[in-house]
Amino acid sequence: MNVLSEKLLGGKQGAVGLAILALLLFVVFPLWLDLFRLGLLGKYVTYAFVAISLVLLWGNGGILSLGQGMFFGLGGYCMAMFLKLEASDPVSTKIQSTPGIPDFMDWNQLTAIPFFWQPFKSLPLTLLLVLLVPTTLAFIIGFAMFKRRVGGVYFAIITQAIALILSILIVGQQGYTGGVNGITDLKTMLGWDIRTDSAKYILYFTNAGLLIGCMLLARYILTSKFGMLLLAMRDKEERVRFSGYDVSNFKIFIFCVAAMISAIGGAMFTLQIGFMSPSFVGIVPSIEMVIFAAVGGRMSLIGAVYGTLLVNFGKTMFSETYPELWLFLMGGLFIAVVMFFPDGLAGVYQKYADKFNLGGLAAKYFSKFTQWVPKNSGGKL
Amino acid sequence: MFDYTMAEIGNIVVMQGFSGLSLFSVLLLMALGLAIIFGQMGVINMAHGEFMAVGAYTTVFMSKMAVKYDIVNTYFVFAILTAFVLAFLIGYLIEYLLIRHLYKRPLDTLLATWGLSLAMQQTFRSIFGAKEVSAELPEWLLGSFQPTPDIDIPINGVFVMGLALVVTVSVYMFMYRSRGGLRIRATMQNRVMAGAVGINTKKVDRLTFALGCGIAGVAGAAFTTIASTGPTTGSLYIVDSFMVVVFGGAASLMGTIASAFGIAQAQSILQFFMTSSMGKVATLMTIVIILMLRPEGLFASKVRK
Repeated sequence: MNVLSEKLLGGKQGAVGLAILALLLFVVFPLWLDLFRLGLLGKYVTYAFVAISLVLLWGNGGILSLGQGMFFGLGGYCMAMFLKLEASDPVSTKIQSTPGIPDFMDWNQLTAIPFFWQPFKSLPLTLLLVLLVPTTLAFIIGFAMFKRRVGGVYFAIITQAIALILSILIVGQQGYTGGVNGITDLKTMLGWDIRTDSAKYILYFTNAGLLIGCMLLARYILTSKFGMLLLAMRDKEERVRFSGYDVSNFKIFIFCVAAMISAIGGAMFTLQIGFMSPSFVGIVPSIEMVIFAAVGGRMSLIGAVYGTLLVNFGKTMFSETYPELWLFLMGGLFIAVVMFFPDGLAGVYQKYADKFNLGGLAAKYFSKFTQWVPKNSGGKL
Repeated sequence: MFDYTMAEIGNIVVMQGFSGLSLFSVLLLMALGLAIIFGQMGVINMAHGEFMAVGAYTTVFMSKMAVKYDIVNTYFVFAILTAFVLAFLIGYLIEYLLIRHLYKRPLDTLLATWGLSLAMQQTFRSIFGAKEVSAELPEWLLGSFQPTPDIDIPINGVFVMGLALVVTVSVYMFMYRSRGGLRIRATMQNRVMAGAVGINTKKVDRLTFALGCGIAGVAGAAFTTIASTGPTTGSLYIVDSFMVVVFGGAASLMGTIASAFGIAQAQSILQFFMTSSMGKVATLMTIVIILMLRPEGLFASKVRK
């Protein structure tokens, strides 16, 4: 039991960091922010799923995927397809030439629901597909690439190209996917209206709970033997291979896990925001999600969540008042993080925590915000 | 695809093939710069498209000036040179400020140059506005000639192709037949050894990167003759250019040419028979699948790693 809690929470220090985050998400923010701002926060929390997946994949595994938006989007689309089918019952769509199919299909002269939409009539099947579709795609990509020892830069470029393909495909196949507008006007889930205030609160708390759950899963993976192997593969892939491990299988596994975590975020996004569009699938969102993780700290699960929230609050604030300045800032952020703070906020925190011996002063309270930072930790996990 | 006669299909293939050649020329010019930066130096320059936009905006600006002083018929040659020089200088500066600190971290270079591309896009938007602008073309670039009544070949396309040819030959001559190119190849193959025989490897890095950016600038100048330029023009071509370089085999000039040709032709012919987005999807999909089967690209030289 003790061992399990150690592994899930990352020891006493990790547990304190996680508890503070949970306190913020579950108590402080809901009490402090009005429903509109809380809705925004909920949206950012869904991005944090992707940031966590990138900590696993990129920070610890050294595999930079520029296609995480694709998995986020696929998860979101699976959810949206279910909600859309429910929203387009024959009664509410009776003005269409074919009642009972989603409105955009009707506009594009489709007369029946396409076969790949059929499974999304049932909720359990949909929830399963939210997890399975992105993971299967990740498995195919990972299998094809890692078995042939394609890695690093090439992997980044090819995942980027695949994200581009998927977004063009979704935009181009308007009749099947809703095109550039995406799938909109989502109303109810099994008769439960997702647009009411109470539903928004419930969805927000579900979302935050799932995030903490995914973080526990991620931490469990990272503190296990597999996590050690992941780091070893990042730093000396050949040596791990010569030690008798099948590197590609480990990489495929972590890529699939990362895809699944991103997909959960995407599905929660659809539920909370009420639509899904190709603008979350393509290249730009995928790279932006990498910067969330980089700002927070690519090695730190908790840092990545804070990074996501901070960058997005900054984006909302600046793009409301100075839309022109925002792109400069965003660009500057990319450059500054890479050049000056490669370990992100978590790294900065760690540095000052060490310098002023915050850790010693406040050891009982929150001695280690961050889970693990390579430079200063002296190699202990 | 089946309601055309054979003659019509022939004409379509010739004309679409020709518009594919224009695309091929721009892609080739983009990819040549990238092949030097990415293929030789291993730097992922996500801002490469923005260097192309620098060239394009330079040309547009020069054309506005040319209209003012009534030298529309001759300015284009100067515009190409200015585009090259300007992109070269900016590239030189960027290498000094940014890239040289990141040679050991290729994935981080990718992020940093992406940030750079965002900032450059916003700069274009602030200076030239969000709308697309196009250059005033000299008269000798307009119009088309018709070898047969059904085939219509635009002159600007021929010009862009000629330009691409000249640049390709120059790059080849420089890289493989000159002392400068020898220094570049030596540095990239074995940095320590190159330094030991007296090559200033840091200077070579800077000039190589700047050269790649300069060629992107020329690509931009060529681009203005076939389409209009907007702040995000460069980012539309960046993935294609990377695919060209990776598909061709990163360090191979022949591979780059062949894959630029293949990709451009496939896109432009498929776009006629399918919708434009499906043509692009089919092309990219084919490349990705081929790259999964043959990760080293089409024309990779055999090396031990």
